[in-house]
Amino acid sequence: MQPDTETVWRWLDEVPDPEIPVISITELGIIRDVEWQDDTLVVTVTPTYSGCPATSVINLEIERKLRERGIEKIVLKRQISPPWSTDWIAEAAKEKLRAYGIAPPIEGTGAAGVVAGRVRRLTGEALTVPCPRCGSPDTQLVSQFGSTPCKAAYQCRDCLEPFDYFKCI
Amino acid sequence: MPSLPDIMTPDAEALAKAAGKGRRVRLEAGSPEHDLFTGLTRLGDNTLILGHRVSEWCGHAPVLEEDIALANIALDLIGQTQLWLGLAGEIEGHGRSADDLAFLRDAWHFHNVLLVERPNRDFGHTLMRQFLFDAWHQPMLKALEESADDRIADIARKAGKEVAYHLERSADLVIRLGDGTEESHARMQDALDRLWPYAGELFLADEVDVRLAHEGLMPDPASLRPAWDASVAEILAEATLTRPDGDFAHKGGKQGRHTEHLGHLLATMQWLQRAYPGADW
Repeated sequence: MQPDTETVWRWLDEVPDPEIPVISITELGIIRDVEWQDDTLVVTVTPTYSGCPATSVINLEIERKLRERGIEKIVLKRQISPPWSTDWIAEAAKEKLRAYGIAPPIEGTGAAGVVAGRVRRLTGEALTVPCPRCGSPDTQLVSQFGSTPCKAAYQCRDCLEPFDYFKCI
Repeated sequence: MPSLPDIMTPDAEALAKAAGKGRRVRLEAGSPEHDLFTGLTRLGDNTLILGHRVSEWCGHAPVLEEDIALANIALDLIGQTQLWLGLAGEIEGHGRSADDLAFLRDAWHFHNVLLVERPNRDFGHTLMRQFLFDAWHQPMLKALEESADDRIADIARKAGKEVAYHLERSADLVIRLGDGTEESHARMQDALDRLWPYAGELFLADEVDVRLAHEGLMPDPASLRPAWDASVAEILAEATLTRPDGDFAHKGGKQGRHTEHLGHLLATMQWLQRAYPGADW
């Protein structure tokens, strides 16, 4: 008997992101669709960054989880449009990121910086990325590219801890 | 892996044929498929060759943060290469994958601009090359989002998000190094003077570009020049660097006529597939 797609989504929610294991691949927002085509389960996955090395590991993990649950015919479809956005990260997952030591994405801090620009014009202040450890807003960008392509390297000027910031795309 | 490396076959195309992936039927020059294939390899070869160049810094950058940043940018560029060359292989229709196109073509079948094959030299030189490229790459991808071919527009939208960060970073560092110490300023001005004659090729159109632009598939390269000139002028001014006189442009890369540097790069990049054809892991 085929499990319904809701059940499959629940199973996929048990698959952790290989690089940030505190959140699942569904919370990351990279599973775009789950559907049955006759006796084949088609799972549509979108990459976070086009060169993300975790992509193949994620596909392997998805397949393993579904086989564990008894599904035999699985097709993993890659879809790049619409491109993945940090807006698709679940709200609950942002708290988990913070607790894990990664500052979650803040809307408007992307490279296009539209919101950040507006805030700066209105208030004269830039949007800040608060330190995930001590909460201080006094932090500085070290490099736009951190431990993975999706993160920037920051440092807190109060507690002096370096930390990763999940940057907006 | 095969037990005996086939290093006696000097021709990468012969190796490709031996692996059963040679180009048996050539697309007819001037046909829409050939034009699109050429246009896509120009995009994919630019990102591949620059990605490889940038990856040469891995483990050698002046500070750890820059080492990581360079590796991440190389990774983005190689990821984009998979998309562009993957589509090129699909258009060609002879079963060549992105990997086949990357590892089993020889220099004269690469269509990247000469700028991206320039050697890294020092960190400032690498950054200046990146900035001159990014300042073109970002508006190019913006224009490609409007392509009549949805597959091209989709890749451009994906890549564009990544490249926006590349440009932000390279522009920022050009300013910091240009308007930095006497030493860093001199090095950045030297890099700009040396690289400037290689920037113009980005905007030169040949008959393939003209036809692709006419079909609404890719923009006319010349149409990107005003925006590039404006952003480059703005950043150079802030970096206290002087735009070189003259717009003489070395050209030929897009048509497969390369400098000797590409051969050396490919010798490193393709070595494994030449020595062990079809090696996989």
